[in-house]
Amino acid sequence: MALRKDHGPLEQVIKYLSTLPGLGPRSARRVALYLLEHKMDVLRPLITAMDDAAEHVTSCHICGNLDTLNPCRICADTTRDHNLLCVVASVADVWAIERTGSYKGLYHILGGVVSALDGITPEQLRIPQLIERVTRHDFREIILALSATVDGQTTAHIVQDKLSPFSVPITRLAHGVPVGGELDYLDDGTIVTALRSRARL
Amino acid sequence: MESFEDQGIVLSLRAHGEHGAVVALLTRDHGRYLGFVNGAKSSRMRGMLEIGSVADVTWRARTSEQMGAWAIDNAQNTAAFIMTDPLRLSALLSACALVDAALPERESHPALFEGMKALMSTLQMDVWAQAYILWEIAFLRELGFGLDLSRCVAGGDAATLAYMSPKSGCAVSLKEGEPYRHKLLVLPEFLKPNGYRDTQEIDIARGLKMTSHFLEHWVFAQHTRGVPEARLRFESAFATTHSCQISA
Repeated sequence: MALRKDHGPLEQVIKYLSTLPGLGPRSARRVALYLLEHKMDVLRPLITAMDDAAEHVTSCHICGNLDTLNPCRICADTTRDHNLLCVVASVADVWAIERTGSYKGLYHILGGVVSALDGITPEQLRIPQLIERVTRHDFREIILALSATVDGQTTAHIVQDKLSPFSVPITRLAHGVPVGGELDYLDDGTIVTALRSRARL
Repeated sequence: MESFEDQGIVLSLRAHGEHGAVVALLTRDHGRYLGFVNGAKSSRMRGMLEIGSVADVTWRARTSEQMGAWAIDNAQNTAAFIMTDPLRLSALLSACALVDAALPERESHPALFEGMKALMSTLQMDVWAQAYILWEIAFLRELGFGLDLSRCVAGGDAATLAYMSPKSGCAVSLKEGEPYRHKLLVLPEFLKPNGYRDTQEIDIARGLKMTSHFLEHWVFAQHTRGVPEARLRFESAFATTHSCQISA
């Protein structure tokens, strides 16, 4: 049944939900209906949580991470290695690396990668903040943890170029065979990169 | 229903909607063609749609006037082979941006397609920079702006060519060009009739400056956007990397 135009607030909820990534008008209606059918156990807590997040979550002025504290918990953590910096594209990348528990340094979030598809230019990234950070602090190493795509590597080269006046060593993540990957299923480019990055046993 | 099958090189992508993109391809028999790719932002398609990827493509539309849609298969990501080298990657992006910006839509240029494929394989070799400049000279010729490197435009000795006239696009011999050398472009050594082929970085920088002049004043003179950013970035990156800035 088509939604009538006079359903004011409901229409608004569906309109806003349908603008979220992965949701179209049809799935937005389903979500809206579900929320309204579960007002007390889902909708009210969700409103409180979202209101809380909107009120308190901010972007860390040092690294660009999202947290209720500013500086964020990672930047403020004195047990972490403050001389090691990992440059990533987005907050999602920080979460991915933190999930592994294998990295104990600091982060710098660029806010994306140079991309023709998404219309992101180098000027829109947080590169000047990175330069300022490197100028102020004497890092032991900077790790460029950017995707092995044309966009990711173009961004890495731009960042590398901007950091070239500093004497700090710059490294990048290894490219090659993924753990659990079978050689005959890999594309030519990955195999060539893996061969070039081979390590002595 | 209109459709064709061809081989294509990904030149550029423009986001369209949440998941899709309008993709420009240089096809072998149909020239530069645009089409919509559904799910272009998915992790599976992103790898196939890297700039410079070569793929088997099928274009379909209800009528030939429509933009149509691409089905892309067997994509080979050529950028993966040179991704770790900033200058080679920059050269690839520059070549794709030039073709995308300068070539009219739906005009067949099979020679240019083969030239692009050859350039992409040469980018993995040591002589990639010379090959890039030769490709740009061939690109200018394909667009109707051929450079004449076979004779001296001032009637001088064709065996001692040393300069390029920025107006005519013809070579000038050392003797005839000497009084006007501040107005002429320097011909890179590897483009001279008996020039040595063991090219120095300064020669590559000179070659890039030379082709850049003709791209700017001939090909992109009437374009409001001018020479693509990727081309300018490549020339500047090459000069910076090899510390060989050529004065204007």
